[in-house]
Amino acid sequence: MGKIKYHMLVCGGTGCQASQSEEILKNFQAGIQAKGLESEVQAIKTGCFGFCEKGPIVKIMPDNTFYTQVKPSDCNEILEEHIIKGRKVGRLLYTSPETGDKVSDSKHMGFYKKQLRIALRNCGVINPENIDEYIARDGYQALGKVLTELSPEAAIAILKKSGLRGRGGGGFPTGLKWEITRAVKADQKFVVCNADEGDPGAFMDRSVLEGDPHSVLEAMAINGYCTGADRGLIYIRAEYPLAVERLKIAMRQAREYGLLGNDILGTGFNFDIEIRYGAGAFVCGEETALIHSMEGLRGEPTVKPPFPSESGYQGAPTNVNNVETYANIPVIINKGADWFASIGTEKSKGTKVFALAGKINNVGLIEVPMGITLREVIFEVGGGIKGGKKFKAVQTGGPSGGMLTEKHLDTPIDYDNLIAAGSMMGSGGMIVMDEDDCMVSMAKFYLDFTVEESCGKCSPCRIGNKRLYELLEKVTVGDAVMEDLDKLRNLSHVIKDTSLCGLGQSSPNPVLSSLDNFYEEYIEHVKDRKCRAGSCKSLMQYLIVPENCIGCTLCARNCPVDAISGERKQPHLIDQAKCIKCGACMEKCKFNAIIIN
Amino acid sequence: MEKIKSLAELKKMQDSLRARIDLREKSNDPESRIQVKVAMATCGIASGAKEVMEVFIEEFGKRNIDAVVTQTGCMGYCYAEPTVEITLPGQEPITFGYVDGKKASKIIDKYILNNELVDGIIPVNYESIHTK
Repeated sequence: MGKIKYHMLVCGGTGCQASQSEEILKNFQAGIQAKGLESEVQAIKTGCFGFCEKGPIVKIMPDNTFYTQVKPSDCNEILEEHIIKGRKVGRLLYTSPETGDKVSDSKHMGFYKKQLRIALRNCGVINPENIDEYIARDGYQALGKVLTELSPEAAIAILKKSGLRGRGGGGFPTGLKWEITRAVKADQKFVVCNADEGDPGAFMDRSVLEGDPHSVLEAMAINGYCTGADRGLIYIRAEYPLAVERLKIAMRQAREYGLLGNDILGTGFNFDIEIRYGAGAFVCGEETALIHSMEGLRGEPTVKPPFPSESGYQGAPTNVNNVETYANIPVIINKGADWFASIGTEKSKGTKVFALAGKINNVGLIEVPMGITLREVIFEVGGGIKGGKKFKAVQTGGPSGGMLTEKHLDTPIDYDNLIAAGSMMGSGGMIVMDEDDCMVSMAKFYLDFTVEESCGKCSPCRIGNKRLYELLEKVTVGDAVMEDLDKLRNLSHVIKDTSLCGLGQSSPNPVLSSLDNFYEEYIEHVKDRKCRAGSCKSLMQYLIVPENCIGCTLCARNCPVDAISGERKQPHLIDQAKCIKCGACMEKCKFNAIIIN
Repeated sequence: MEKIKSLAELKKMQDSLRARIDLREKSNDPESRIQVKVAMATCGIASGAKEVMEVFIEEFGKRNIDAVVTQTGCMGYCYAEPTVEITLPGQEPITFGYVDGKKASKIIDKYILNNELVDGIIPVNYESIHTK
């Protein structure tokens, strides 16, 4: 039997699966069999490659060929040409947006050049449904090392020295959290994995769970050993069916190998994990609300202290960490604290995964070292703004974060710099806006989300955010007065200062940061009743330029509300009171006679 | 499935599994490794390139040499098929012509292990768009 010469890696993440990657994999497997290549070629399903913009992705090893937007009908050609004849299929290669050249191997793609993959190390490399591939890539070695060679204190010391901070948003030092949980004396303790990823447009945790579920299981077991817990719970939203499925497979395989369960690796340490489902409420990402939801109570936060480390799930000390935080831990144990601490900035070590979305060329999932600038992320990794438009702002930290502008582009990204700039790291959503986005509308969009997701327990958040939303609504329809802008600011501060949990304390952030950075846009909305981005419909006016209008009556016939009048061959007129700003007239006019004011 | 009973057992298991993903790990960073490209167009295959590729892969496996073997298209030296291009880390690629199984072993012994040249080198006498 010949040795395997080719591995064909097919992305099995949610994004690529939605565009038929399952079928592509099946076609490859059938084709390999039909051509009698089973002993030389293997087609393998992997986790997300991150380059979701151009999915489905197929990567051919060993020559590192990166095929984008592959269709099931392309499979035969790839097999015939690339695998059998050694000729790359040119039309499926990635085209560099800067040079227009075809880039055949992923090492030379701008998207990957600046990335450093620690948490995503196995995503797009191994088959997430096969524990053997994880073990081949140092899987469960860290757990083995901790259980046989290190005391819990020594393992916690490594984490503390590494400088790892919580990746869920807060940025609390992970080692310190473990130490606090360890110090509490109790018969029963729990470790929890927070997989309730709720920011709009963010999918970091989902991709880790889909692409490398074992890394989270392994780190949770390490956490259990260090804090003195023998039970782990993963709180995941039911909206992530693929991640749930892969977690279940991973847990089953780990149990079969005895890497979960009793007497792990013959050391006498017992640890097992259960899955708990969330219904997709944003507030349940807050750890006290998450714990209540797992207990079967309403997903509402409670005042801290007591912190979960002291009294959490069923009153027992509970250590809650986020998915991405866990995914870093096995590597830190294997490679050492000094290695990890050498990456990143003084106070933020390691890397961060971001979900790039919005008006950016390379929408997708990236992992970059801390300290990289926003400019590098947006213009090099992200490939710049879509359609060559002008960059306006980037929202980091999701609905709890703020908008950063041109002047922040060269700020190195880390926890403290982002807070100083008026935003936050958050869980890693990054939404890029261009000149066509109205900042007032964006603030309103995020607030709409928080109003919807507020649990309603405390009044500043329940009522305050609603009033804040109404004020923004007033601005966007042009009914606001200058006093309302002061009200916006004051109310925002009150909500921030008096809300019970992180949701309310951070929900006015998009409003405040847009007021700070784009105050002139607010003034334009109020004083001039003008929206420069042209997205606030109430402030727009469709007008007919009499010189250009020949009176063809086409617009009048197409107006759904009969707002246009005028004699044939005479310039027409739009009745602003009737106009619903649908734009149908402008679309139909052949003489550029209709303009937006 | 058997349970893994100790860290030593886990390590042993990893060693035996490593070969399965070796191909993927190595090729993420081909520049740092020995790269062997076998020309596998119709002319190459007809003159035995497939067998030559097998020899390289098998010998590397046997002697535990860290190398990446890939196939490429026709290099244009049809008179000298099978042809093989070898890049040692940090060196310019060198193309060998008239390679058969025996010659492949010789190339490994002399050039790859000892950096000694072997008969049949095809001088590069063109410029490619990559060097321009």
